[in-house]
Amino acid sequence: MASERQTAILRPGGVVLPGDIERPRTGGWRTGVKPSVDLTLCVDCLLCWIHCPDTAVQQKHGVFQGFDYDLCKGCEVCSEVCPTGAIQMVAEATPLDPRGVVLPEGGRRNG
Amino acid sequence: MAKTMLGVEVLTGGEATAHAMRQIRPDVVPVYPITPQTPIIQTFSRFVADGKVDTVLLQVESEHSAMSAAVGAALAGGRTMTATASQGLALMVEIIYIAAGLRAPIVMAVGNRALSAPINIHGDHSDGMLARDSGAVQIFAENAQEAYDLMVMAPRVAEHPAVLLPVLVGQDGFSVTHSAENVALLRDEEVQDFVGPYEIPYPLLGERPSSQGLFAMPDAYYEIKVRQVQALEAAEQVFADVARAYALRFGRHLGAIDAYRMEDAERAIVLIGSTAGTAKDVVDELRERGEKVGLVVLRLFRPFPHKALADALGGVQRVAVLDRAAAPGSFPPLFADIRAGYSGSAELRSYVYGLGGRDTAPQDIEKVFAELQRPAHGGIRYLGLTGEDQHGES
Ligand code: SF4
Ligand code: SF4
Repeated sequence: MASERQTAILRPGGVVLPGDIERPRTGGWRTGVKPSVDLTLCVDCLLCWIHCPDTAVQQKHGVFQGFDYDLCKGCEVCSEVCPTGAIQMVAEATPLDPRGVVLPEGGRRNG
Repeated sequence: MAKTMLGVEVLTGGEATAHAMRQIRPDVVPVYPITPQTPIIQTFSRFVADGKVDTVLLQVESEHSAMSAAVGAALAGGRTMTATASQGLALMVEIIYIAAGLRAPIVMAVGNRALSAPINIHGDHSDGMLARDSGAVQIFAENAQEAYDLMVMAPRVAEHPAVLLPVLVGQDGFSVTHSAENVALLRDEEVQDFVGPYEIPYPLLGERPSSQGLFAMPDAYYEIKVRQVQALEAAEQVFADVARAYALRFGRHLGAIDAYRMEDAERAIVLIGSTAGTAKDVVDELRERGEKVGLVVLRLFRPFPHKALADALGGVQRVAVLDRAAAPGSFPPLFADIRAGYSGSAELRSYVYGLGGRDTAPQDIEKVFAELQRPAHGGIRYLGLTGEDQHGES
């Protein structure tokens, strides 16, 4: 990330060229909380996937797969629209598995 | 050198500037008319209509739009120029900051005019001073010849890889824009050759398209901004180099500073713009009477040539700085800059003159030189006020 930033600021006006940044990392904007999921509650309705403004919710063949934290801005929309309460926002430091499931040693902010 | 000249023509500053634009052949000129800039763009439009230049002339709905279109065109990869004055420049200022931040090397002709209110169409430097901190290079011409020469020099300053910033070439409203005088034009090919092709490192269009105008978070904005500030500082040396190249080729040297009869001067005036002509006459006259007076004219205002100015002032004892703009609530811009950067021993005094096109006569300049023989006045003096207000100044 630091090298991408360096590349951009070295050019006049912060110009960015193709290849400078492999993919945008809007996840850098998150301020404190991120979504987690309890897969035992998830019914694969994909409301979270449709509503996420940053294409951070991942799905494959109609099955919920988790979150891309490089893209997730922590806006909490997914946790609002989830009809089963499967998505809970947790503190940024909470350890999660790649799908967003809270690892045993982690603690939920919203309990 | 004379062989490069097309010959001397009688032209106004506005017409001479339009000729420079025609000879530079910009790709795009987005513009909106406003007095006293209109003669520039009116003359240039005629050149376009008559097929004398193949520029795309964009007639837009405001100066804000003109400057916005200019930023797009310049970053897309086309040489871009525009012209404005007064309220039009004020309306452009938001986008001039953006042009500087995005490092768009747009050359702008300015017919310097007072700002409203009261509404007034005549010359002063209030509009230019509004753009002072925009990050653009700012140059002022004394007369039509300088307006022409500086316009031909401007693209090389703007487009230099170490600079890449907008350049404002100012000429005083009416006293230069509308006053006809002898102007020696260069040949079209000479101008073309001097200016060279338009090249910017990362054009929006072309083989390697770029993303311009991106959001910069607190972790990057500061660095990008400081580099922009340093680019403007670098423009001082670039301007000197371009002025030298212009002099070598065409025989006219327009440095950052014009020091007039300063060799052994004890008293001096510093000013910007067309009043220099009047002041030079007064200096000549006083010199004939044995008075050791001189004049320093600033052509380059941003970046501010602190060292060149200090060198020009040399061993002078008292200096009157004449500003054709006020900075209400503090000292006027030119005085404030000189006071901030000058560490010589001369005593500096602040004068404001010529607001809203108020004529500055030789007697006014003589009066300043006379006052420089008397003890310091402190504060700011307002030169050329009439009636009741006059008493407030002394
Ligand atoms: S918190 Fe917002 S950005 Fe992140 S996954 Fe949920 S909806 Fe998308
Ligand atoms: S909204 Fe809730 S239940 Fe529906 S797919 Fe997303 S996490 Fe699963």
